[in-house]
This record gives sequence, C-alpha cells and structure tokens, in this order.
Amino acid sequence: MIINHPLLGPRDSSEFTYRGDAVLLNRPDPNSESLLNDYYEYQYIRNNTHGFMKELWFHEQGDRSWLVVTRNTLTHEIIKVELASEYKRENK
Amino acid sequence: MTYSALKIFKEALTGHKGWKPVWRKSIAQNSYDIIIIGGGGHGLATAFYLAKQFKQKKIAVLEKGWVGGGNVGRNTTIIRSNYMLNKNQAFYEFSLKLWERIEKDINYNAMVSQRGIINLFHSDAQRDSYIRRGNTMRIHGTDAILLNQDEVKKKYPFLNYDNARFPIKGGLWQPRGGTVRHDAVAWGYAHAADKYGVDIIENCEVVGFDIANGKCLGVKTNKGNIKANKIGVAVAGNSSKVMNMAGMRLPIESHVLQAFVSEGLKPILPGVITYGAGHFYVSQSDKGGLVFGGDIDGYNSYAQRGNLPVVEDVCEGGVSLMPMIGKARLLRMWGGIMDMSMDGSPIIDKTHISGLYFNGGWCYGGFKATPASGYSFAHLLATDTHHEVAKNYTLDRFKSGLTIDEKGQGAQPNLH
Amino acid sequence: MILVNYDKILKFQFNGKHYEGYEGDTLASALLRENVKVVGRSFKYHRPRGIFGSGSEEPNALVKLEGSNTHEPNRRATSIKLYDGLKANSQNYIGNVKFDILALNDYIHPFISAGFYYKTFMWPKSFWEKVYEPIIRRAAGLGTLSTEPDPDRYDKGYLHCELLIVGSGPAGLKMALDASRNGKKVILVDEDFIMGGQLLSNEIDINGSSSLQWVEQTLSELRNSSNVRIMTRTSVYGVYDHGIYGALETVTDEIERPGARQILWRIYANKSVLASGATERPIAFPNNDRPGVMLASAVQTYNKRFDVKCGDNISLFTNNSGANLSKISNLIDTRDGSHIVNVHGRNLIRSITLNSGKKINSDCLAVSGGWNPNLQLTCHKRGRPKWNEKLSCFVPDNSNLPNNMYVIGSANGSFSTQSVFNDVSDLSEQLGYRITEKIKTEDNPLNLKPFWFVKSKKRSWVDFQNDVTVKDITLAHQEGFSSVEHVKRYTTLGMATDQGKTSNVIGLAVLADATNKTIPETGTTIFRPPYTPISIGAFAGAHKGKHFKPIRLTPSHEFASENGATFVDTGYWKRAQWFSQDKEVTWRDSVDREVLMTRNSVGICDVSTLGKIDIQGKDAGKFLNKIYINTFSTLKVGKCRYGLMLREDGIAMDDGTSARLSETHYIMTTTTAKAGSVYSHLEFCRQVLFPNMDVHIISTTDQWAQFSIAGPNARNLLSKIIDPSFNISNETFPYMACAEITICSGVRARIFRLSFSGELAYEISVPSRYGDALIRKLISAGKEFNVTMYGTEALGVMRIEKGHAAGNELDGRNTPVNLGLSGLMAKKKDYIGKTLSSREKLSGNETMVGFLSVNPSDKLTNGSHFVNIGDKILPENDQGHMSSVAYSPILERYIGIGFLKNGKDRYDETLKAIDFLQNNHVEVKVVSPHFIDPNGDRLRA
Ligand SMILES: Cc1cc2nc3c(=O)[nH]c(=O)nc-3n(C[C@H](O)[C@H](O)[C@H](O)COP(=O)(O)OP(=O)(O)OC[C@H]3O[C@@H](n4cnc5c(N)ncnc54)[C@H](O)[C@@H]3O)c2cc1C
Repeated sequence: MIINHPLLGPRDSSEFTYRGDAVLLNRPDPNSESLLNDYYEYQYIRNNTHGFMKELWFHEQGDRSWLVVTRNTLTHEIIKVELASEYKRENK
Repeated sequence: MTYSALKIFKEALTGHKGWKPVWRKSIAQNSYDIIIIGGGGHGLATAFYLAKQFKQKKIAVLEKGWVGGGNVGRNTTIIRSNYMLNKNQAFYEFSLKLWERIEKDINYNAMVSQRGIINLFHSDAQRDSYIRRGNTMRIHGTDAILLNQDEVKKKYPFLNYDNARFPIKGGLWQPRGGTVRHDAVAWGYAHAADKYGVDIIENCEVVGFDIANGKCLGVKTNKGNIKANKIGVAVAGNSSKVMNMAGMRLPIESHVLQAFVSEGLKPILPGVITYGAGHFYVSQSDKGGLVFGGDIDGYNSYAQRGNLPVVEDVCEGGVSLMPMIGKARLLRMWGGIMDMSMDGSPIIDKTHISGLYFNGGWCYGGFKATPASGYSFAHLLATDTHHEVAKNYTLDRFKSGLTIDEKGQGAQPNLH
Repeated sequence: MILVNYDKILKFQFNGKHYEGYEGDTLASALLRENVKVVGRSFKYHRPRGIFGSGSEEPNALVKLEGSNTHEPNRRATSIKLYDGLKANSQNYIGNVKFDILALNDYIHPFISAGFYYKTFMWPKSFWEKVYEPIIRRAAGLGTLSTEPDPDRYDKGYLHCELLIVGSGPAGLKMALDASRNGKKVILVDEDFIMGGQLLSNEIDINGSSSLQWVEQTLSELRNSSNVRIMTRTSVYGVYDHGIYGALETVTDEIERPGARQILWRIYANKSVLASGATERPIAFPNNDRPGVMLASAVQTYNKRFDVKCGDNISLFTNNSGANLSKISNLIDTRDGSHIVNVHGRNLIRSITLNSGKKINSDCLAVSGGWNPNLQLTCHKRGRPKWNEKLSCFVPDNSNLPNNMYVIGSANGSFSTQSVFNDVSDLSEQLGYRITEKIKTEDNPLNLKPFWFVKSKKRSWVDFQNDVTVKDITLAHQEGFSSVEHVKRYTTLGMATDQGKTSNVIGLAVLADATNKTIPETGTTIFRPPYTPISIGAFAGAHKGKHFKPIRLTPSHEFASENGATFVDTGYWKRAQWFSQDKEVTWRDSVDREVLMTRNSVGICDVSTLGKIDIQGKDAGKFLNKIYINTFSTLKVGKCRYGLMLREDGIAMDDGTSARLSETHYIMTTTTAKAGSVYSHLEFCRQVLFPNMDVHIISTTDQWAQFSIAGPNARNLLSKIIDPSFNISNETFPYMACAEITICSGVRARIFRLSFSGELAYEISVPSRYGDALIRKLISAGKEFNVTMYGTEALGVMRIEKGHAAGNELDGRNTPVNLGLSGLMAKKKDYIGKTLSSREKLSGNETMVGFLSVNPSDKLTNGSHFVNIGDKILPENDQGHMSSVAYSPILERYIGIGFLKNGKDRYDETLKAIDFLQNNHVEVKVVSPHFIDPNGDRLRA
C-alpha cells in the first residue's frame, strides 16, 4: 500500500505502523458520569467497519507523525490522509 | 454413507458408482430448533456435537458460500495445546484430545498427524517464558519437553546453527502437536452432522435477524426468513458484520493473515517448526508442500488478500531459520480474514439478546480449537450453561477485567 | 526465423548423459533436438512424461537443476535458458526415469482415485500415523530439496514508472512504442529471454516487414529511448495495492554463480498494461498424457524458433483454426466430427485410435483445444473474469480490474494479430497518446467449436502433473463436490506447480458437463499470486543469516570486546552479558565476581540501550502527569523520579525514571525492550490525545552514551573525572539528583544519581561519540578502586537482590497492584490507564513477592509454578509462577521473585515450586522481594 503523507508525499506503508480505528482519538472525559463504561467502549469495542473507515497510522520510520487515514477495508483504497493532530483540533 | 474398508474395496472394483454425496444438499425449512450461522469448522462442529452429544433435533447450518470456503479451508492446519495461561490451556488440551479421536467420531479421515511442534527460543528470557508455559502444560497433563540446542540440532539438523543472527538456544517441544488436513475437517464434520440429520444449507447468507422484545426469533436470509428457537453465530472474520445486524458491536477487529505454500517437495520436515526470532512457522503437508506463515498484515481488512511487506518478512524469517528453503519456490499465497479479539482469546457466550449466542474472536488460532469450540458452543446452546473449559471466554470479561491475554499486548488486536 | 545460434555450441548433461545444444535454446528445445522423450514422472501415478509445452505453462517436464553441492528442484525445462555446463536430472522416480518402480501406482489406480485418503486409512486407528501416513509421505512430493543452505545471492530493487507493460508480443511492443513516443516513462517486461512473444514463432507480415524484422526494429527504437526500460526474463508475479507490482528477474539460471541469481523488483506504476498473451489449452482424451502428445503451439514454437522437429510423423488434433503447423501428416479436427479415443505407446506415442476405429501411426500428436487469455494478474485483487461464449474462454472483466490496469491483445481475447494492434490503438487513444503509426497485418479470426474432452471409460488427463483425470472430476461431483472450489480441493485440480494454466478451464468444462450447466454457471476460478512460482530465497533477498536483522552496538562495544565480553542479543542490540577474566571457567564465575566487586567497591555497566526520550515544552510536566501514574509536574528541577506508566487498559506498560533538567525540560528513560513502543505511545498521546499541549518529544537513545557507575566507591571514581566546578557530595547531589555538567575538561555530560543495583550509584551520559573514550577513562581512573565492568547478567542479579521488577515482571499482564506499586497511583489527577485499572477484577489476587529455597543449597528455576504443600499438582491448585531467579553471591544462595496468589499476606509460608521441564521441584519460602538493604541505606550513602 501507499500512503500519501500530507507533508511528505506518497510513502510505502511499510514505513508505518498501524494502530486501528480512529475512535481512539476520542478519549473519554475523565470526569464523565459513566466513566467506566465510556472507557470500556473506547478501549475495547469497535465498529470493525466494512467499507471506508478512519484509522490511525504512525509514520514510525519517517517523521513520526500520527495520521488519520480514510481507507476502505474491502478494497484497501485510500481516499484521504490527514495529520492526526490537525484532524483532532478541527473536529473538536 | 458410511465409509469402511470393505466399501472402499468394493467401489474400487466396480468403478466407484456407489459413492453418494459426502453430505446432502439441503433446502431450508421454515423453522428449526437451532440455527448455526456459518458453515466453517466451528459452525459445522457445533451442529455435529449438538446433534450427536446433546441429542438436539432440527438443526440447520446456514453458509453463505460453500462449506469450508472460509478460514477453515485457508489456514495453515496447525494443532497444538501449548498455552501459558491456565484458562487457555484447559480449553486447547480438551480440543487436542477431541482431535485424537476425530476420525472415529466423524467417520472421515481428517489426517490428524501428530508429528510434533517445536517453538524455538533464542534468548534466556524467551527460554524462561517457555518454561513457564511448558510447566502450565504439564500441570494440565499435557506433554511438553524442553530441548536444549543439541537436542534441537539432532531432531532438526537443517536449521541454521552456524550463521544465525539469533542463534537457536533450544525449544519447547510438544510431541502431540501437529497438523490436520483442513478441508477434510469441514467436509468430515459436514458429513457427520448430515448423518445425524442436520441440514447444511449452502449459498444461504444471513442478512438480518428477527428480533422482538429482546428475543431473537429467527434470521433473514437471501433464501427467505427462517425461524429458530436458538441461533448460534460462528462466522469468524465476519463476526462484527453479522452481529451488527443484531445491533451489537464487538471487541473484535478483522485483519488479514496470509499463508503460503511451496511447490511439492519430498518430505523433509518433521512436524511443525516455529521460529522464535522472526515471524515464521512451517510444516510440510502430506503432498509435500511446505505450508508456512507468519504475522498478520496488521491493518483492518476484509479483502482476503495481503500485501508484499509481510510476504518478504515471512520469507526472510524462513530463509534465516532454514537456509535450504531459499531454493524452494513459493507456489501459492492467500489471505483469510481473522477475527482478532482485544485480548487475543476467543469468545463463546450468550448475548444480551435472548436466543442469540456468539462464538468468535479466534484470531489466527481457531483451527486447532475447532472440536472444542464446537463442543462447548453446543454445550452452551443446548444447556444454556458454559462448558467447564470454555467458561472464561465470556463477552463481559473486557468490562470486568478478566481478560485472557496470552501475549500481554493489551487491547491492540494487531499485536496479538 | 530461427533464433538459435548454431555457431555457439553449449554442452550439457541430462540424467548423466552428455548432450549439446546451442545458444538460444531452452533446456527443453535442446532435449527435443537430442531426441530425449521421457523427461519426468507424474505426481501420483508416476506415469512417464515428456515435454508438453514451451513456456511457463509446462506441467510435465520438471527437472532438478544441479549445482556443485546443491540443486534446485521442480524447474520447468521449458523455462531454463540453456547454458554451457548445465546439469539436470529427472525427478520423482525410484529406479530410473524410464522404469520407475513407483509406476506400480498406475496399476492400482482404482484404489487411489480422487480423495481416496479421506475415506480410508482409519482402521485400525493407530495405523494412520504409524503406517499409512509414513507410506504416503514417502511417496509424496515431486523434487527433493537439498538440505544444504542455499548458496545463491538474491537482490532486491525498486522501480517507478508511468506505464508498466507486461508482455512483449505484438501488443506489448506496440504499446511500448506508443507510450515511449509520447514521452512516457515505460517499463516493458517479458518472462522470456527474447522479446517478441508470439511473433517469435509466427511468420506474419506487419506493415510489409516480416514479424521478426518488425520486432527487431521496434526493440531497437525502444532500446534507444531513454525513457524505456526493457526487462527480459522478468515475470510480474503479483499485483498489489495502489499500483505496486511484484516482479522477479532471473539474471542467470546457473546456481552458485557469483552475483545475484535473481532480482526481486517492486515496481510502482501509475498504470499498467497487461499484454500477456494467451496460452493454448489441450483436449482431454484417453492417455493424452503420453510423451509425444504436445500443445500444437509448442510444436510450432520448437519448429520455427528453435528449428527442432518434435516428430517425424506429426498429427494434429484440434477444435479450431488457430493451429498453424506446417508439415502435419494427419489432421483430426473435431469440427469434422472426428476425435481421438486412445493413444498407444508408453514412453513415446506410437499410434492413435480415432472414433472411426481407424488407427494411425504417429510419433508426435499436437493438440489444440483453443486458447485461454493469460489474465491471471487481473484477478490478483479478487476480480473475476467473465465468460466469452464466442471465443469459448474467460476474458478479463473490465468492470473489476485492478485500478489503472488495462488489458490488450490476446490476453483480452483478441486473437487475430490485427485485432491485437487495434486494441493498442484504442488504448493509446484512451490514454490520450498521439498515435504515430497504424499497423496493417494478418486478420484471421479464430474459428473454434468447443470440444473439451472425449467421453470414455479410460482415463483422460485434465491436470497432468497432479494426475487428475476426467473421472476424478465426475467422481467429485458424484460425491457432492460440485462447486469449483470444492472440486479443486477434493481432486487437487490446478494445484500443481503449473497452477492449472492448462487444466483449470477444461476441468470446469468437465464439471459443467457433469452438472448439466454452462461453464459460466458452473463458476470461475480465481487466480492468486504468484503468477509463476517464485524462489523463497528471492523474497528473502539479502536479509538472511547474520543479516536477517540489523545489529545495534553500544558505545562501549569495542572496549567490551577487548575485555572478554560475551554478548547477548536484546532486541537488535548486542549487550555485554558478562566479562570473563583469566581463570574464570563458567559464566557464573564471572557474574559472581562482577556482583561482588561492584557491591564491595565499584562497577560500571553500559546502559545506553535504555530508551532516552527528551521532552520539552511549557506543558512537559502536565504531559508527564498524563503518562505516568504518579505526579511529575511537582518534581523539582534537578531531581529524578521513578515512574510507572500504564496502557489505557490499566496494565503496566513500562517503568523508568524521568529527570527534570529545567522547568520545561524532562528526560525520560525507558526499558531497553520498550524504547520504541513507549516513544510511539508518547507521540500518540501528544498528537492524538492531547494535541493542544505545548510539548515536544524526541528519542535520543542513540545520541547519548550512558553508563551506570555503582558501588560504595562510585562517588570517588566519578569525582576523578568530573570537572572541578561541580560538586557531587552527598549533600549537594543527593540520591535522585540530576544535573548537566562537564567532565574531563569540558565534555558535556549529564549525571543522574539513580540506582538499579541498590548501591550508591550514578548514571552518567555523554554524547555518543565520547562513549568509548569515557569508558576507557573510567576504567583507568578506577584501577585504584579495583573497578569492574559488569554485564547484563550481574545487572540482573543485583536488581533481583534489590527486588526491582523488570521485563519478566512487566510482561503486559500485571497491574501496579500486582507489582506492589499501587502506592504510586495518584488519586487526584487523570492519567492513561487510570479508569480501566479500577476494574474490579483486573488485578486478580496475585502479587509480587520473593522466594528462597527452604534448603539453601536447592536451586530455584525460572518458570516454576507454585502449589501449596500437600496439594496435588493440578491446574486448580496453581498458585502462581516464578518470574525471575538469580544466584546471589552476597547471600550465597538462589533467590527468586514471582507472582503468588495473595502473596503479600503469605510471607514465611512454605510452598512447593514445580518445574517439570527441568525436573526441579523444590520447597520454597515466601519472603519480601527486597533481599538486600530493604531500607535503602546504601543507595543514599
Ligand atoms: C492464513 C491462515 C492461517 C491460519 N492458521 C491456523 C493454524 O495454523 N492453526 C489454527 O489453529 N488456526 C489457524 N487459523 C485460524 C483458523 O483458520 C480460524 O480461526 C478458524 O478456522 C475460524 O473458525 P471457522 O472454521 O468456523 O471459520 P470459517 O471457516 O471462516 O467459517 C465461518 C463461515 O461463516 C460464513 N459466513 C460469514 N458470514 C455469513 C453470513 N452472513 N451468513 C452465512 N454464513 C456466513 C463464512 O462464509 C464462513 O464459511 C488460520 C487462519 C488463516 C486465515
């Protein structure tokens, strides 16, 4: 696979490590009422999407940015690659 | 159709005219007592034990493609019971015992071949953890032997001892480990379940559930709606997709695992060999192909195919461990969708929806579990209680903290 | 047309006999010219087999290619470029290839039909593994693998292009020409060693030139274009995501030749054009596997390109107009209603019986059952081809091709040369290329009437290599295996080394006939990589043996090597495990000495492998509060603190110390093993979880050499090298202090007063380039204190004596509670893992404790499990396990730490430690894990 890094251009996927569904961006509020359940869902429960999903890749053998990649789990097609930090700031 | 020596002899002399289908082609009825979704190893085994062991009647297995087309026919066929954690070891040892009598149970030769499995170690820390693991095995009455470097060398003289980046220090050997012909497991369970009257319905895809007031009443399929008192789901890599139809989300991610087979070669490998310093394990089939694999590709996928980095990684490990295989040629490679759970251990449990039961999260190791999974899922479906060896494989363990994490990697499925 | 060079004689050996061939030959063409007819044996029935095809579709002519001490099995004679000195042998026989003892199997064939083994060998039960399976295994396989290490070199390379063209027949060549003239960056590959494909064995007129002239002209233009790379002997074996193609180039077939034998290319292409041609398929009829029965196209290729006559009396059996053979003695055309009912002759055909009853003599039977486009690569992303009724073959389905792939020529079902060129101009136009030249050539459409197999009681082969016959397929259907995938698996159809190139479609036709369905209703088979088998060695490339993984050396490596170090692999690092001195015999001698010398005076250990992460920014303290379970924002500048971090699931992830160098600057150390994963975790927290914190981090593991200096004389030693302006007295630089200083007259250094060993100890770090000089300086300065180097083994002993958890304890399953560190867990702040660590059952009841053997001379072993005295050794009585063990030279006995149910409450209790694997069951006493100096007086000294 090739990941089109927003800063560095197209890169072979072997430069990256994979972390999974980008729901991991949404660490629950530590003051939430349903704290335990929120964290349980955050940590363990996944949509395991059939089709396009947002996921986290880490450019470990590169500039060490965490990326949000929108990729189709049926075809591996990638339609969007964003910096996780920017994505998070914009989607707050 | 019962297979016997006499029958074989007779058929050979009379032009094989008398052979009947290994299992009937059934057409779905309107309702069943129990429906199993998924005609893979686990689904078929469940149906068989339900009928035979638990004397259940009116059972159907619904398979969206053809029997054995999923992971049961795509795996690298290794069976073993060499786990470190008690909760796993009890289950897998039970499974191995069932494998040891499988052909008698199903009247089909699945070619259980217990030529041993060795897990090599290359460091003291690895050795320590294998000793811990071996002792767990022995405490469970399982066979486990620690081999030092010389003993490994005697058994496997062709490994790399002289020029290795990570020299072999020894291995944990389980003589009863080995391989089973995967397709024959699917066909054999189908054959045996069929004999007990189970309807096996191929090309029947479940597309929804009929759920009312917290109770599951039946399934919707591409061949119409079917009612059932109880429904067991055993769809491996498609677990999330199917359970999602019942509104459930699971502690599972689907990942692709690739497997490889070489051209046919005269047998040289005794049993299964697992490299401890790279992602590579190998055995040799009765037809002579080296059957090998390594790590999962590492990203979510339903595509049933992988990419090159893992192919190269696996072959690098292979050639580093067994320098002779550089000259063997890779004939086929393929991928299967793994139901990777959040702690690397499976789930066999009821759900919060009454009448709906779930079996999944087998990761890359569910083939060896097939008989025990089938047996204990049948136990659960028939009696509504957990079988002793599977009682820890619950859905709520992630919430309560009773996770069963053999690799110690936590909630990151691609590391299990 | 002839493409062998009679002036260049190449000598070779086959089955021990000497032969000659010419430059331009394949092994197959040379053998045929030398009249060698039996080349190999089939898989199951061990039937004699000759050469059947002329390329990578060959199912029969598999040979063992010899080297001096090794060999390569299962090579297709049709794809080996002949070289001088080649040695090859037949394989898969006992006795001799013409009289194979295992051919007995052929006589008992009724007993070993498809899938026979599933139904038998079950009685008596124990016989399968003891008797039957060993017999089957003895007969299994084709060639033998040499057990010698593969001596050959394999290279890897990466290429990029705009257009990758696979196949160099008329379609590929013209496509390359068009693309090249339009300035595109092109790679043109072909698996053959000469470019030209079909044009090398077909004489046709192309724009007034002969086909060969046209090929040469085109190639010469392409060779002169700087934007075109031409790669012969290169097969594209797989299509992967996002325009990545795997290709294997064979540099030479000679094994053990210097230089790379093969190169594995990864080609990144914006677009690809599949111009891979088509493969002729045979017809199944009784005994159609006999030597002398060949594909018509192969007979033609051998004749035209290699100048070899495949027989004196050639017959042609065909169902189409495509076969283009010159001298044939008999034509058997199914379109006229005639077909073959049997073939006679064992090691070479003698005669043929027709359905009319007529028997004709023939020593070569050319067969053509039509053509299958080579569309394998179109399926590698799980697309399926579609059936073309008119051509009676599968053609690529344009709706599900891999992205940016185009198929042209006969690979696309265009079977006349003119239509091939038309495909090219259509595609060029579609791609927006300016077309420079139109081509006029032969335009005979293929006339074909499907005829797949002869119905007969005798065996007709579909898959030659695996001995799958028409009967096997019908038997499979009878037993309910009617889906194509079932048939493949049950009969092994198409699973041989030729990957079903000549057999798959016929198999499907037989099945369609049995099920009374059309072929498209019956199904298609899908192709997976590799297109043609690839050496495992090529995939591994240079990453094997000692080069399997990189090696990381510590700054003191050279010094350690000079001083008797034995090294141990920890990850990619080589660390000194111990240092042997003169009279020391066993490793324990050295380790005990290192421990004693350190504890008695002073010892030095290279700890540069510990992960070092530099953390800076206004929010650095706040950030660390999130990372560690304990608080770091309150840490005073100039101080260090031990910290434990959890995964979000509440399990201990890693531990180490972090030092605060300034308000905004911390330095974290991690364990060696977790350096990488902790760093990526921190980046995850920084970028993904807390992007608004003002904090930056970078790994500096490789930038700093770090040594631990431990023992009562540590301060005295260190004082000798520290520049005088700095004071490290206990008062000014107490336990857990840290500072940036200079040493040895101005070398920048950092000093931390940390102790893993429990002694008065410091860690000192300098920029890596000074590491070697520093260790030498320290050792020479330490002479007066009788300083010792110590390795990881002594390090381990001392940390166990001190009761510190390390890798074996931080094994990804333990919580702070298990580790006895729950006191560190901050109550008020939030940190990673806080919430989930509070799950009621997460920690269970195991806690970390120490163990001593009741009998001091008993040895403890790591990995033992504990049971209560008097309890049976059963899973339900398992009380925990021993995680670390050492011989303590201070206590003069074995000590251990481990995890025990309710361990903290069981001090002084006696248990049994069970180690079946090493046969070491010993009684142990539960004690505190802090074996020496539990109050920490030494480290504060
Ligand atoms: C490459 C590879 C190597 C492996 N190696 C090993 C090994 O060496 N040892 C080992 O123990 N394990 C191994 N495994 C894992 C093992 O194969 C699986 O864990 C196990 O087979 C899963 O259980 P199953 O047989 O029931 O799954 P499957 O055979 O996948 O069965 C699930 C079935 O459900 C069907 N299905 C899905 N959705 C629906 C629906 N909506 N309606 C109806 N039917 C549906 C599917 O078509 C499929 O047939 C490997 C797996 C792979 C892919």
